[in-house]
Amino acid sequence: MSLRVLLALAVVALSGPAVAQPQPIRIGAFLSVTGPAAFLGDPEQKTLELYVEKINAAGGVLGRKLELHAYDSAGDAEKARAYVKRLIEQDKVDVLVGGSTTGETMAAVPLAESAGVPFISLAGAVVIVEPVKKWVFKTPHTDRMACEKIFADMRARGATRVALISGAGGFDRSMRAECLKVAGKQGVEILADESYGAGDSDMTAQLAKIKATPGVQAVLNAGFGQGPAIVTKNYRQLAIGAPLYQSHGVASKQFVKLAGDAAEGVRLPAAALLVADTLPASDPQKKVVTGYKRDYEGRFKQEVSTFGGHAYDGLMIVLDAMRRAGSTDKAKVRDAIESTRGYVGTGGVVNMSAQDHMGLDLSAFRMLEVRGGDWNLVEPRH
Amino acid sequence: MSAQLLQFLLSGLTVGAIYALVALGFAIIYNASNVINFAQGEFVMIGGMAAAAFIDSGLPLPLSVLFSVTLATLVGLLLEKLAVEPARGAPVVTLIIITIGASILLRGLAALVWDKKIHPLPAFSGEAPIAVGGATLLPQALWVLGTTLATVAALWWFFNRTLTGKAMLAVSHNRLAAQLMGISVSRVLAVSFGLSAALGALAGVLIAPISFTAWDVGVMLGLKGFAAAMLGGIGSGPGAVAGGLALGLIEALGAGYLSSAYKDVFAFIVLLAALVFLPNGLVGRRAAERV
Repeated sequence: MSLRVLLALAVVALSGPAVAQPQPIRIGAFLSVTGPAAFLGDPEQKTLELYVEKINAAGGVLGRKLELHAYDSAGDAEKARAYVKRLIEQDKVDVLVGGSTTGETMAAVPLAESAGVPFISLAGAVVIVEPVKKWVFKTPHTDRMACEKIFADMRARGATRVALISGAGGFDRSMRAECLKVAGKQGVEILADESYGAGDSDMTAQLAKIKATPGVQAVLNAGFGQGPAIVTKNYRQLAIGAPLYQSHGVASKQFVKLAGDAAEGVRLPAAALLVADTLPASDPQKKVVTGYKRDYEGRFKQEVSTFGGHAYDGLMIVLDAMRRAGSTDKAKVRDAIESTRGYVGTGGVVNMSAQDHMGLDLSAFRMLEVRGGDWNLVEPRH
Repeated sequence: MSAQLLQFLLSGLTVGAIYALVALGFAIIYNASNVINFAQGEFVMIGGMAAAAFIDSGLPLPLSVLFSVTLATLVGLLLEKLAVEPARGAPVVTLIIITIGASILLRGLAALVWDKKIHPLPAFSGEAPIAVGGATLLPQALWVLGTTLATVAALWWFFNRTLTGKAMLAVSHNRLAAQLMGISVSRVLAVSFGLSAALGALAGVLIAPISFTAWDVGVMLGLKGFAAAMLGGIGSGPGAVAGGLALGLIEALGAGYLSSAYKDVFAFIVLLAALVFLPNGLVGRRAAERV
């Protein structure tokens, strides 16, 4: 009897501190883990799970464990809205990370703004941070930056008269619009503006038209999915001499595999993560991208993607802000995120400000050229 | 300028030949059952995806093509046996809806069994473009055109020179009379689904080296094939071929000379115009008794 009491007392005594342990930090995520944008949401979710686990094993943040609340919004803006409501009202999360697509992000923006929850989006479009919204930040590059990077590279090669060919998807159209907008400022003249449909199997007609347009010095394909690979093949078939540029939308090994030999010589802007192994040791991003690549590929046995990297950056920026704020008070964390300076992530070096809730500049993009079936850095460091 | 026109024509014919094969599949099933099989595009997808999977597993190209067409044929037969035949007495509209359901099921299965990635297929005989009077042509395009031609010839022989083919034609002309003559309608139905599936898969395998393949390519190719079949006159073999080629040419010329933004629109405007002004299609032979 007395032994039992003793044991019971011992148990209470030992578990005492555990009861008094602080509340976990709740991270709310809504990602397109399934559905048409699964290639975005899947690596994002894996990345968040992997690093929440790692950080908890190392003792957590501010002495508190992390708790991930993740929902699959399946690329659907309506679902995203419902889950974000649930994350804010029921799960009472301290911060929101997610919105794999621009549609899902924009559906969540009003909720995050009115509830006052710091929100880091993982989607690409400029509208997310322009105009600046008090509680909303984003980690991926924008398509405008991709256009600027490509035009700058074209100019460096003496090509200022450019033909544009783009697909019909959301990404394609958004990038086309941005490129048309910044072309003038970049000193580039758009001579032709062709497009193709989502399921098109042949773009030789459009490309033959570009070929016949006098004065074209370079061609830019703003596209996503299989379209750019078909364009690349058709481009070589027609033996067009001008250099071909693709967008960061196809910055994956998949593109090189699909387009095969036709991809040789194609240039595109991409995040440093894709060329982690070939970056010079002096590169500021070398350490973080090789580290993330090793962690991710070691754990999931699949090739790292820039999308997972965006989730990594989002989580790290939030945790860094919490450490600096010394609390998870939402307003303080928001201010700390906004004052992020010199954070080196997989997407680039982030310097946020009250006017810039993305904080990346053109150095975040590397210009790559396909040579020998692999990526090669065109410039040692811009 | 004429080199440009030639390029448009060659591109249009190549894509048109694929549309023609898909349209033939629609025509064959329509003849046997009056059903428009909206799972036709899925046979195209199965052909391409299965061939890509077989090649990934190390099989040589000819065997992969053979196996993938066989697999699609089996799927077609199963579709007929498990979904269409049990509902034989149902109105045609019900059967059409069944095929729509089957197409969604097949797409989902393909995404599960294989994956949602885009897959390439090696070209049958190299990728070096062939120059033709200032325009260029991929060797694969010759395969597409040649195989389509050979298939059309084989189908003509099948329908005009073999007993099974003639039985199928008889069923398409008058089902009851054919049945009274001792023709097994259910067998004709099974053969028509198998044959259509094989044609679709063949189209899928032929086009995959040019435009890749993925779990969802069947939607657009099926729709274009349907447009081609309607344009040519549903149920007519020569009509399906003419409709397919015409559609491919319209798309290429429209994209080349007018605006590429509306490439798909041209195809469907032509389809609407055909339905309104030529309800029996280019080669319509049926009177208006079919509703």
